[in-house]
Amino acid sequence: MKRETLEEKLYTVKFKADTESHLVVKEAKNCVECGNAHGRPCLTFCPANVYEWEGVEEGLAVRYEGCLECGACRIGCPYDNIEWRYPKGALGLTYRIG
Amino acid sequence: MDEEKFDAIVVGAGPAGSAAALTMARKGLSVVLIERGEYPGAKNVMGGVLYRKMLETLVPNFWEEAPLERPVVEQRMALLSERSAVTAGFKDPALGEPPYNAFTVLRANFDRWFAGKAEEAGAFLLPGMPIEDVVRKDGKVVGVQAFDGSELYADVVVVADGVNSLLAKKMGLRGELRPSEVALAVKQVISLPKETVEQRFNIQDGQGVVMELMGAATGGMVGQAFLYTNRESLSIGVGCLLSEFVKTKKTPYDLLEDLKQHPFVAPLIEGGVAEEYTAHLIPEGGYDTVPQVYGDGFLLAGDAAKFVNVLHREGSNLAMESGRLAGETVAFAKERGDFSAATLRRYREHLDAGFVLRDLHQYRGVPGFMEHNPQFFNFYPQILNEVARDMLTVDGVPKREKERSALRRVLRQRPALRIARDLYGFWRAVR
Repeated sequence: MKRETLEEKLYTVKFKADTESHLVVKEAKNCVECGNAHGRPCLTFCPANVYEWEGVEEGLAVRYEGCLECGACRIGCPYDNIEWRYPKGALGLTYRIG
Repeated sequence: MDEEKFDAIVVGAGPAGSAAALTMARKGLSVVLIERGEYPGAKNVMGGVLYRKMLETLVPNFWEEAPLERPVVEQRMALLSERSAVTAGFKDPALGEPPYNAFTVLRANFDRWFAGKAEEAGAFLLPGMPIEDVVRKDGKVVGVQAFDGSELYADVVVVADGVNSLLAKKMGLRGELRPSEVALAVKQVISLPKETVEQRFNIQDGQGVVMELMGAATGGMVGQAFLYTNRESLSIGVGCLLSEFVKTKKTPYDLLEDLKQHPFVAPLIEGGVAEEYTAHLIPEGGYDTVPQVYGDGFLLAGDAAKFVNVLHREGSNLAMESGRLAGETVAFAKERGDFSAATLRRYREHLDAGFVLRDLHQYRGVPGFMEHNPQFFNFYPQILNEVARDMLTVDGVPKREKERSALRRVLRQRPALRIARDLYGFWRAVR
């Protein structure tokens, strides 16, 4: 099989996005500090690449619509800086195969 | 308050929650089984090995009706280097006949079926309902509060909301897990014609293979990859300690793609169609991370209680067993008319006496050992491949010299004393 991009992978997952994010960055300044201190591991370990660094001004972009709800960022963030909830109702991802 | 009150509320319709709900409903208790997904299984993933014994206790001859993929007749282990593999395995066709040992499953289907068994027994299933907190009265848990603020009441709440268990966290039963206490796993289901699956894995209709892969399969990180046969698809995935991902900055999806390109794996999946990509955490901290599993008006079961045996990659069976024991304990408490910790502690006693906590206790040293001995995931698989290649290459060098040079090759990279210490450490961790 040819090498697949993450976008191709995420395309196989069914999402029903909530209107507001279930993932909230608690303190923007922690993410700035994390860059030097820890290299912002959430940018790489998140299996859906939900987080993107947009610079000191913009901070951390959270593309919660494609979140696989694994909880890795909740535990892996060196600053415990992600407020992590479940998407409301039956929103968020729905695995058809699992 | 004249709100309706149930005998029990179960939070989470996975293997633990459905086992608990089924057990209680059969004993005549009024049970509500709450699921945050659109349906049971909508948020659930595992590699796919389901053991027969614990489910059979709950649903005799379940294999005649449950949505299973293939009975496992063969287990293979492959230690990968960049391009080669040292393999071992065990195959017995008898495992493909009743009563079986294990099956591969896909959770979206399986969990729906299993929760359906609880419904058949009389439990009331409530999907699409994330639970945010428990309701307490005089310090005792008396119900749950949903995401929309609505409340439900019961004598006992069985907390089975999975590895992230926001409920257990809210209840203050444990602190947050450390990144070295969970594995992050990603998986993909790849469809292939049934005959192709059977030819490539040397099996027949009604037979399945599970393969675990280590070494280069995880990029040398502490973890394991897997490749399982389903009826008309393969489940391929890789999981490593979250702390390893944090440290190396490797991405899970690139790791999975690397695995799919490996010369040992690529021919097995060639021509397949990628169906669904999934990600999930596995609680791998073992015995020492198990939280308080009972208290006034509540019990914890399954991944929420960290019941996973890392060494034998068992989880769903521990979930079902703990769910069943939780259900029986609640039924006993109802008979007594007492739902306090003093009565519910019986649950913990049963867990301690059975395989769930006896196995976890035996392997309590394993999680820490793996975390601090990454050589088992990089150095040893690599050197085994090098030695195997040397020994099996016929090039006119006398065997005695080959043996000596192989030994030198090993000892140059890892002194005999350290190897002895590694082996002793492993033995200590598992005995």
